This record gives sequence, C-alpha cells and structure tokens, in this order.
Amino acid sequence: MKPKQELTFLDSPHNRRRVRKYFYISLVFLLAIDLLIPKHGHFAWEEAPFFFAVYGFIGCVSLIFIAKVLRFLVKRKEDYYD
Amino acid sequence: MIEPVAPAAILMGGALLVPVLKGRLKTFYMLFLPVLTYVDLLYMSAGKYWIVRFLDYDLIFGRVDKLSMVFAYVFVLITFIGIIYALHVKDDAQHMAALVYAGAALGVTFAGDLFSLFIFWEILAISSVFLVLARKTTESSAAALRYFMWHFFGGLCLLAGIIFYVLKRGTAEFAYIGLDDPATYLIFIGFCLNAVVFPLHAWLPDAYPRATVTGAVFMSALTTKSAVYILARTFPGTPILIWAGAFMTCFPIFYAVIANDMRRVLSYSLINQVGFMVCGIGIGTQLAINGVVSHAFCHIVYKALLFMSTGAVLHMTGKIRATDLGGLHKTMPFTAVCCMIGAASISAFPLFSGFISKSMTVMAVAEEHQVIVWFMLLFASAGVFHHAGIKVPYFIFFGHDSGIRSKEPPANMRIAMAMAAFICIFLGVYPAPLYNILPFPVDYQPYTAFHVIGMLQLLMFGALAFTILILSGYYPAELRAINLDTDWFARLPARKFILFCQIPFKRFFEILDRSVMSAVGVLKSSPRSAVTIENGADKIFHIRLTSIPNIIYTWTEYMRTEIKQLSLNLIYILIAFIFLLFIMLYMTK
Repeated sequence: MKPKQELTFLDSPHNRRRVRKYFYISLVFLLAIDLLIPKHGHFAWEEAPFFFAVYGFIGCVSLIFIAKVLRFLVKRKEDYYD
Repeated sequence: MIEPVAPAAILMGGALLVPVLKGRLKTFYMLFLPVLTYVDLLYMSAGKYWIVRFLDYDLIFGRVDKLSMVFAYVFVLITFIGIIYALHVKDDAQHMAALVYAGAALGVTFAGDLFSLFIFWEILAISSVFLVLARKTTESSAAALRYFMWHFFGGLCLLAGIIFYVLKRGTAEFAYIGLDDPATYLIFIGFCLNAVVFPLHAWLPDAYPRATVTGAVFMSALTTKSAVYILARTFPGTPILIWAGAFMTCFPIFYAVIANDMRRVLSYSLINQVGFMVCGIGIGTQLAINGVVSHAFCHIVYKALLFMSTGAVLHMTGKIRATDLGGLHKTMPFTAVCCMIGAASISAFPLFSGFISKSMTVMAVAEEHQVIVWFMLLFASAGVFHHAGIKVPYFIFFGHDSGIRSKEPPANMRIAMAMAAFICIFLGVYPAPLYNILPFPVDYQPYTAFHVIGMLQLLMFGALAFTILILSGYYPAELRAINLDTDWFARLPARKFILFCQIPFKRFFEILDRSVMSAVGVLKSSPRSAVTIENGADKIFHIRLTSIPNIIYTWTEYMRTEIKQLSLNLIYILIAFIFLLFIMLYMTK
C-alpha cells in the first residue's frame, strides 16, 4: 500500500499562486511608498525614484547570467581532482 | 575582588578534563566552561595583564580594551551555543578540539605581543584541523591536509614577518602596524590568509563543507573573525583592503549561485560577508570600524545559525547537496524557520540583525565617496539575498519534493538554533546593547523610512528576479559538479611538482643499479665468484641503496593527499614550530 502523502499549504498550486500574488502586491506597495517618503542619500542617484528597486532587479538578473558564464568556464566533473 | 585569569586558559585547560568526565556531569561541565569564561570577562577592565617575561621580551597574554572585549564576548557566546549544538556528539576528541580552538581564538583576541599572537594563531589552525578530520571520510582527511597546508603557509609568512619586524623595531609589542616594509607585508599576507582575502581564500570553501556538522559551526565563527579582529587592530585605513574587500563581496556570489553543496554555498557567502568587514577596515574611520565590529558580531551569530540548520539537515538526512534535497519543510518545519531567520539576517532584512550592522559599513563607504566600491557593496547586498537568503532555504526546504521525510534534529540542536535565532531577531529589533559595547561612540540610526524602504526594494526586487528566472527555467540548474577555484594551483600543479621532484632520485638510483650490475657482469668470467660478488653487491647496493627511492616515496606520501597519518604529522609540525620560535627568540635576544 502506498504511504499516505501528507499535503501541506504549499502543495496546492492554488496556494502557490496566491503566495506569488501577495508578493507582487507587496512589490507594488513598495514602489508606491517610495514616492512618499523623505530621502537623505549620500549620492544624488539614491534619491531618484525606484533606484534601489531597479538596481536590485538588474543586479540579480545580471548575477545569474554572469554565474552561467562562470559555470561554463569552471565546471568540472566531481572526480576531477582524484 | 577576584583576580581574573586568562580566558584562553580556562577553555584550553578545561578541555583536558573532558575525556575524564562522563554522562550528565560532562554536559554540565562543558556548558559551565564558557559561562565561567564569560564571568571572567566581566571582571576584566581595560589594561594589560598576564605579562610574562621570557628571554628579553614581554609576552602579553591580556591586552584588554573595547575592541578586544566585543570579539571576546561574541566568541564566548558562540562557543556556548556551539557546545549546546554539539552535546549529542560522543566523540571526545571533537569536543576537546572545539574547546581548544575557542580558547585559541580568545588568545588571539587578547594577545598584546606578536609572539603570543603567533602561538595562538598556530593553535587556532591546528585545533581546527581536527574538526575537519573528525568527519573520518577520505574526502575530509584530504581536505584537512589541504586546509592545514594553506594555514601552514600563512603561518610561515607570519613567522617570517614577525622575525623581521621584531629585529627592526626591537620589541614584540604591537598595535597599529600599517604597510610600509617587507616585514609588514609578510605579516599582512599571514593575516589576510585567515581573513580569506582573494586569492588566499580557497581553503575555506574547500574545508568547511567537509568539516563535521558541529565543527563547521565553530569554524564558521572563529578563524575568519579573529583575523578580522587582528586586521582591524593592525591595518585599519589600508587602501588596498578597500578594494580587496569589495572584490571579496562580489566574486563569491557567482560561485555560490552555481555551487551544489549547501554548506559550500554558505562558505562562499561567508567570504562575501567577511568582504564587507575587510572593506570597512580599509576605510578605517570610526564609523567604519564600528560597522566592522558590529557586523562581525551579528555575522558570527547568523552564520552559525545557518551552518546549524543546514548541519541539522545533514545530520538527519545524511545529504547536503541541492540535487538530493527539497521539500523538507513538511517534516522539519522548526529547522526551516530557523534557517529562514538566519537567511533573513544575512540578507539584512529590516528587523533582523544584519540590517543594523551591514548598513554602517556601506554608509562609511558612502561618506568616503568611494562610488565604485559603494555600487559593488550594494550589488553584493542584493546578491547575498539571492544565494544565501533564497537559494539555501528554497532548495533545501521547498523546491522540488525529494521525498525525504526525516524528523526534526535532537533537542540540543533545536535549543542551540532557537538561541541563535532569538539573538538575530533581538539585535535586529533592539540594537542598543550591541551599539553600547562598540569601540567608538555610536551616532547612527538604522531605522529611517528611506533606509528601510530602500533596502526592502533592493531585496524584494532581487527576489522578483529569482522568481521570474526560476519560473522561466533560466536559473542555473542544480548539477552534480565541482567548480574550479584558486585552490586548483595548490591541487594539480603542486601534486605534479612533488612527483616531479622524485624523478631525479628515481633516475639516480636506476643508473646506480645498472652500473652495479654491469660492474658485476665484467667479473662474470668465473661464474662462481661472479655469483658471490653479485649476491654481496646485491645486499649492499641493490637492496640497501635502491630501496632509498622507495623510502623517499613513502616519506613524501605523507605530504601528499593520500595521507593517513595526518594527526601524527600535525604534532611533528607543531613541535617544529615551537622549536623554530625558541631558536628565533634566542637568536634575536
């Protein structure tokens, strides 16, 4: 007999979608509140609207693509040194 | 009033009694040692203690000031947590190594002269080797040897630097050193090796993932941070450290993204975090040093928490690779929550401990108008969230379901994780206790609307990038593979070099062998005498001399990675080191 699969909150695709939806809503909320707060950066560009959001997004996307290039260069089999 | 004793002596001396005690008494005793050390710290006030006159030098085992006290507090704290985490381990050698290791870290912290610093520096390296060796796999013994060889190299640089330095200045006391002559460069290299500065960093992602579950917790806390302390004391405001640190924050992120072993991901993120500290030391202003010290404090706790939660997974499932894990939140929810608290702290989420410390260093960089470095640190802040903040919890506890249904770890592990998690949140919400013990007065407010929103945007949009790339399948897949790093030079060419060094010996004895045989051949006119001579020559030359290559071969075997007798050799090396030190002290008198 197959053991009973315990299902948790994240097993249902519906819930996963819902978590993502709230995540996107919080992103929009963060962008909205960015326009309202007083700013005191050391550099001029820190005070530009959405600077950190744009930098964070671009930074992480480029991180992945550079990492893919790096993997292409340095990847070896697991027994390479043996 | 009780006179305090050297805190290193309590832990190192206390370690000797561990194998004698049994059962519950041993548990109490091991927990009592760090508590006693902590009480001892409370009795210490600024000044110099335990000065031992040795030959013509003063060995100062206790230089107490605000900088050394902060590090001593966090080392004792993490020793306490680490011991709780390791209570279920039955291997006394591991407990002793961990206690000696923690004692050596305290010794380094309080050392006021270069000789005592060097002694503790070497004990630090050697005792931690046993935490890797105790895993008792072929892989870990080989890694332990390489780990030791790196530190051996660093220790020799440091020793050479110390000799030159003492000869020139005439005193072994040290405070600010600064880069100016070859002696200080050598000392600098020795310190930088322990502070995992590129390209001397490869020992860390090599050895830490192969250490024991409990040993890695101590290792993640002590070696690099004692080096950070010593750099902050001796080389603050050295410009090269700004760039070295900024580079250290960036390059490990890429490696962490493609690494498969979860503890290797954490090792690379450790280098990344130490990069922030090294960069702050390079800036060297009061704000920067405060940032370095507070970041070291928070980092020790959350990094230990991350190593504890991944270690718990390794302990319960026996697996640690991303390719083997996934979906563990179903049966290990407590570990999952602890891991996520550690992940949130390392990513500097508001209300977690990383937030109140990392931003100080970044602010100090901005105040010095280091624009490029500032952009690099900001990129690293987003990147660390990407790999240590999301990748580690996601691939272990969520992601694809691996079908593993292991239970939560033993109670002592859970208690240790809960304590570390509590400290992470407590300091994030209420940083005042930490700010009060920093070396310089703190005039810094982390919780401003601008700062909180800026950081949240940076992190959440980094998370958005992760979500999009995972859903679209662009994220680098989990693969069983290794990635080359600078340790390649130490592993392949160095091994070839050792084999190459044996060639002349082999050739020489081959020639000898042949010439002996041909000399015997000349006399072969009378067979009987030829046989006698040949047998006699064989005895002397063939057996005795030609076995020399074999002897050399077996001897150099100890130096190669196939090593079995490492612990024995370490003791020889330690004795050799102490011997060297004595000769040096005698010569420089």
